[in-house]
Amino acid sequence: MKKMINLKINNIPVTVPEGTTVLQAAKHANIEIPSLCYLKDVNCIGACRVCVVEIKGRRGLTAACTYPVEEGLEVLTNTAMVRKSRKTTLELILSTHHKKCLSCVRGNHCELQKLAYDYGINEDHFKDDEPQYEIDDSTPYVVRDNNKCIQCLRCVSTCNNVQQIGAIGQIRRGFDVRVGSPFDKGLDTTSCVGCGQCIVSCPVGALYEKSNIDDVWDAIADPNKHVVFFTAPSIAATLGECFDMPPGTHVEDKMVQAIRMLGDVKVFNMNVTADLTIVEEANELINRITSNKLDKPPLPMFTSCCPGWIKFMEHNYHDLLPNLSTCKSPQGMFGALLKTYYCQKNHIDPKDLFVVSVIPCTAKKFEVERPELTMKGLPDVDVALTTRELGRMIMGAGISFKDLAGEEFDNPFAIASGAGKIFGATGGVMEAALRTAANILDGTNEKVDFMDVRGTTGIKEATYRIAGKEVDVCVASGLGNARKVVEMIKSGEKNYLFVEIMACPGGCINGGGQPIQRDYVRNWVDLKSLRSAVLYDSDKENEMRRSHESPVVQMLYDEFLEKPGKGKAHAFLHTHYTPRD
Amino acid sequence: MTMTIDRLTEIKKKNEELVMVRRLVASKAEEMAKHTAYRKQILVCGGTGCTSSGSHKVVDALENEIKEKGLKDVLIVKTGCFGLCALGPVVIVYPEGCFYSQTTPEGAKRIINEHIINGMICKDLLYPETVHADGEILPLSKTNFYAKQMRIALKNCGVIDPENIEEYIALDGYKALHKVLTEMTQDQVIDVMLASGLRGRGGAGFPTGRKWAFCKSSKGDIKYVCCNADEGDPGAFMDRSILEGDPHAVIEAMAIAGYTIGASQGYVYVRAEYPIAVERLKIAIGQAREYGLLGKDIFGTGFNFDIEIRLGAGAFVCGEETALMTSIEGKRGEPRPRPPFPAVKGLFGKPTVLNNVETYANVAQIILKGADWYSSIGTETSKGTKVFALGGKITNVGLVEVPMGTTLREIIEEIGGGIPNGKKFKAAQTGGPSGGCIPSVHIDTPIDYESLAQIGSMMGSGGLIIMDEDTCMVDIAKFYLEFTCEESCGKCSPCRIGTKRLLHLLDDITKGHSTMEDLDKIDELAAHMKVSCLCALGQTASNPVVSTLKYFREEYVDHIKNKRCAAKKCKDLLHYVIDPDKCKGCTLCSRNCPVGAISGKVKEPHYIDKSVCIKCGLCKQNCKFEAVYLD
Amino acid sequence: MANMAFRGTPKQERELRRFIRKHKEQPGALMPVLQEAQGIYGYLPKEVQQIIADEMGIPLSQVFGVATFYSQFTLTPKGEHTISVCLGTACYVKGADKILAAIEDRLGIKAGECTPDGLFSIDSCRCLGACGLAPVMTVDGEVYGKCTPESAVKIVESYYEEV
Repeated sequence: MKKMINLKINNIPVTVPEGTTVLQAAKHANIEIPSLCYLKDVNCIGACRVCVVEIKGRRGLTAACTYPVEEGLEVLTNTAMVRKSRKTTLELILSTHHKKCLSCVRGNHCELQKLAYDYGINEDHFKDDEPQYEIDDSTPYVVRDNNKCIQCLRCVSTCNNVQQIGAIGQIRRGFDVRVGSPFDKGLDTTSCVGCGQCIVSCPVGALYEKSNIDDVWDAIADPNKHVVFFTAPSIAATLGECFDMPPGTHVEDKMVQAIRMLGDVKVFNMNVTADLTIVEEANELINRITSNKLDKPPLPMFTSCCPGWIKFMEHNYHDLLPNLSTCKSPQGMFGALLKTYYCQKNHIDPKDLFVVSVIPCTAKKFEVERPELTMKGLPDVDVALTTRELGRMIMGAGISFKDLAGEEFDNPFAIASGAGKIFGATGGVMEAALRTAANILDGTNEKVDFMDVRGTTGIKEATYRIAGKEVDVCVASGLGNARKVVEMIKSGEKNYLFVEIMACPGGCINGGGQPIQRDYVRNWVDLKSLRSAVLYDSDKENEMRRSHESPVVQMLYDEFLEKPGKGKAHAFLHTHYTPRD
Repeated sequence: MTMTIDRLTEIKKKNEELVMVRRLVASKAEEMAKHTAYRKQILVCGGTGCTSSGSHKVVDALENEIKEKGLKDVLIVKTGCFGLCALGPVVIVYPEGCFYSQTTPEGAKRIINEHIINGMICKDLLYPETVHADGEILPLSKTNFYAKQMRIALKNCGVIDPENIEEYIALDGYKALHKVLTEMTQDQVIDVMLASGLRGRGGAGFPTGRKWAFCKSSKGDIKYVCCNADEGDPGAFMDRSILEGDPHAVIEAMAIAGYTIGASQGYVYVRAEYPIAVERLKIAIGQAREYGLLGKDIFGTGFNFDIEIRLGAGAFVCGEETALMTSIEGKRGEPRPRPPFPAVKGLFGKPTVLNNVETYANVAQIILKGADWYSSIGTETSKGTKVFALGGKITNVGLVEVPMGTTLREIIEEIGGGIPNGKKFKAAQTGGPSGGCIPSVHIDTPIDYESLAQIGSMMGSGGLIIMDEDTCMVDIAKFYLEFTCEESCGKCSPCRIGTKRLLHLLDDITKGHSTMEDLDKIDELAAHMKVSCLCALGQTASNPVVSTLKYFREEYVDHIKNKRCAAKKCKDLLHYVIDPDKCKGCTLCSRNCPVGAISGKVKEPHYIDKSVCIKCGLCKQNCKFEAVYLD
Repeated sequence: MANMAFRGTPKQERELRRFIRKHKEQPGALMPVLQEAQGIYGYLPKEVQQIIADEMGIPLSQVFGVATFYSQFTLTPKGEHTISVCLGTACYVKGADKILAAIEDRLGIKAGECTPDGLFSIDSCRCLGACGLAPVMTVDGEVYGKCTPESAVKIVESYYEEV
């Protein structure tokens, strides 16, 4: 039990545990202290000076985000000096900010714009010299526009401390300081994995995904194109946030209807290939465990659904690439099935099929460009859209999303198990695999809920008894945690059989392509839990909880794929990896 | 090898007389010299100032001559700074105490041949002030420059050979460390430091004893002692001189601090621009280890302490304590918010004491002579002495140490020898880029922490720049802002952007592009930065502007309203004009003007078209009749 | 000059790697390593920073971030002769700006740049501590005090003659 501290904020008595900061304590007095650089669990450096407050007995103003509470502290958050300081700081920031707000991708969700409104800013108070930085759009997934950057360093901290990639950092100093990649080269020259966590941590429009919205509209408008969409499990849990619905609202039906309203398109459920992934992956795992071959692939086996994680391994652990499951990601599998099985069945020339995946992820934009995921020069998936992009398309089409009654996915890719649904949360792939493996290996095992691997904790370990054997598994989300786990495996400290990794903390529900919630929400609302609860609730309601029980999966093997890991299944559902610098 | 007090005393005795020759009045020194192996001792300043003016060549010349003449009883000692840097290379011959200034290699030869060999002092080479009208030679201590000084921190500078630990020991070196380790508890040391009233000499003036007490009370197995030798203020070189002249004083004090707080590792963070200081410090640390004064089980007490040197790499902000520690950690030298204070969570996250070089230089003497002695010097709130690097438009440029409470006038007029070339004093700048300009109305202010703050400046680390009537105060404010703007780390928005905007506003004034409303904006920004910036660099960055605006507002107004720079410094406000009375119509100027701005007929006065002129100054350079002037 | 091809030798690389291996375990080693690297190569090109990042096991962005923070680290090669003009307060008050301008004018480059023939580079620096000799400049570490714009240009020209 932590010691409790009593203090006064604007004369309101507050009691909070020791170690709480003034900014956090103010929340208990229903006061929101504004900030730009502070972001819970990501960045706490006291740099932007927007959160300044007066503290009795201290000279000048103090940043509330870094100041720990003390017994008897008296804090004033709304004095003339505080307001004046915040206003001037904001005006200074605006004097270096590229104020093209009308054409900014952040629109009115910009944290800086909100503060400018709150404090009645004169954006021209200080003469500016318009920043003239080159925009970095060297990668297929993220664009960095330093002309909008306000040096809050939330992205830098995300990349270096949370994800521990270090693709971007601070360059130079003083007024010339900026965020960038080494030697001012493009992000494509770095070991950036494309997770997009920098984007969701940015308070302004300095970071955004490279948009493919126009490509999709063009395809829809093209009479020769058959356009099909498929949506990742977590989209249904987050898309509502684009329409100001509270986090944690399940909008699968509305989503399907809304996409269908975009034009003459089919809407498929990616949970189907999530199920397929489990069947393939469980099969692969069992093979790895039971194989007697000398050159059998090594253990532990790592999941391979997450493209950020895959690229991370390709950059950092060449020696462990054989440990990655050879299964394509559900997106990759879906693309391959659509351009083969679906085209054959519907007599469509694969050239005329335009496949749009809707994913919570920016790294998937990189994945669709992988040469391994093409056939005869045609990409399996033509465009990967983030949740945010889909939201903008729906908005642009004038669809009253909230009022939609809802519709169901198109056949034949409509029905999926609850196991496929929970793919969107950390631990979900593991649990889905365990359900299938336990059932196949033990035959009678009725266990479906594997609670130890649930929850948003960064690293989770569990041991299960399957087929008479103790099986050690590990689940990690966030690449900083992933690195820890990999290092523990390399050093021999841990001996797992199966490891699930998702690059984004909390998994896809907190992906880099998800709706951006402003700092205030991220600081006070447990988005990861709210969003993943949608998936687990939906799983619970589903009568079918195991992937291999899905009739669609069975149909796919019967009609096309033959046997897991063999024949067409092997040809179309598996891939290989490339070491990168 | 373990050092013992007996060995220490033995070393002291062995070297004491040799060193005392340099500290006594001539008559006694001569007596003392007879007890040593050397009839004459020639001290040559090897500080940066004198080295820059060629003192190494003087040393070479002296050594050659001595070798050539086969002199065995003459000792050459390379010391640290004597203080009178403008007169370098400085050479002093003991036991007479003759002060030779601006010595050349040729002069060095003469000193050996005439003075050392023949006993004929080269009076024409002596610092003129030390030659009395009747031919009597005055000791250095009687000159204006030295008479008013009181040397505590600089006690050994210019007296001992900084590369010889035994000379330091000869003047009671490491005795304080022994006393602390064998006779005092940690709390007793803190009590002495508190009672002495010693305050941080780095600028902010925080009581040293309190700093040590905080850190001592912090929990932690590992603690650190740091020394701030990142003397970045332009025009300040106190710390460098101490490290060059008396490095062991700093090492001994750091060990004392280590004992007091419970640390066994120290770091000196020193500017890489100070190669001589770094070299001497390296030698000193090496010798201290060799003599068992650093390392394990010092004086057999079980106390371990060692020191590592870390070089700065050109970032002024690293003089700020948290930034300095971040830099030692191998990162971008950005300051961190406090709390947590370094005493609780400092270097590598451990409790840390950080003091400035000059602060440390006082410690051993306080331990040996007592808190009462120290606190009897200075003013009510500021005890002891302060070293200043006196520079700018002043006759005696150099290093001075005066008791707190000495007035600016005493420093400028008596010690500094006044303003050269008959110019008028305009302002004194203290505290570097964080300080302010003090106008002549405040010239009688006794210097201490509080009084300087009261008149809008600050003590700072000790840079004292004197400005005469040719200085434009707007330009000076701009100079400092350029400095802070360039040196801002860029972490916090008010400093990163504020310094730039403030600089723009000042730049506009010096270019004649501003209005009176801009002065309000300057006030607004200055006030904003003072309360909102993360660290002292930003919080004080506006001081040079605020203080000049306070005392020299009319100059700003003159620039803005009349587009005039009275000091003729702001180039954009100046115009080249041809005096028709002086112009002979030689056409040289018009032929050389690169833009054809000058017109006029042969043998008739010429005229410069202001709208065409680019102010390159070629006309003024070329005019043989001094007819072109700036207005 | 910035794009000049990297001409590091295997000997230099061995020296650097040896230094890093010896020091990388000591806390805060990056600064001393960068200083050593600059000492070996004269500047810190990309190739050298990559060696440091690999050998120390830290991201290149971190190496680059530190290298660009401190003004003494240079990413471009220096001239055969490096001229440095002190712009400390004492020198400034005595007209150091005019000296810098005169040298820049003479060589046709700005402070921080290197002449196209690679002979000279100019830097301005903060207080060398030789305030007694203000204004001061240095060429290859040799200090020249009490300069005037004319004498400064002559000093620079004397190095031309040497070449």
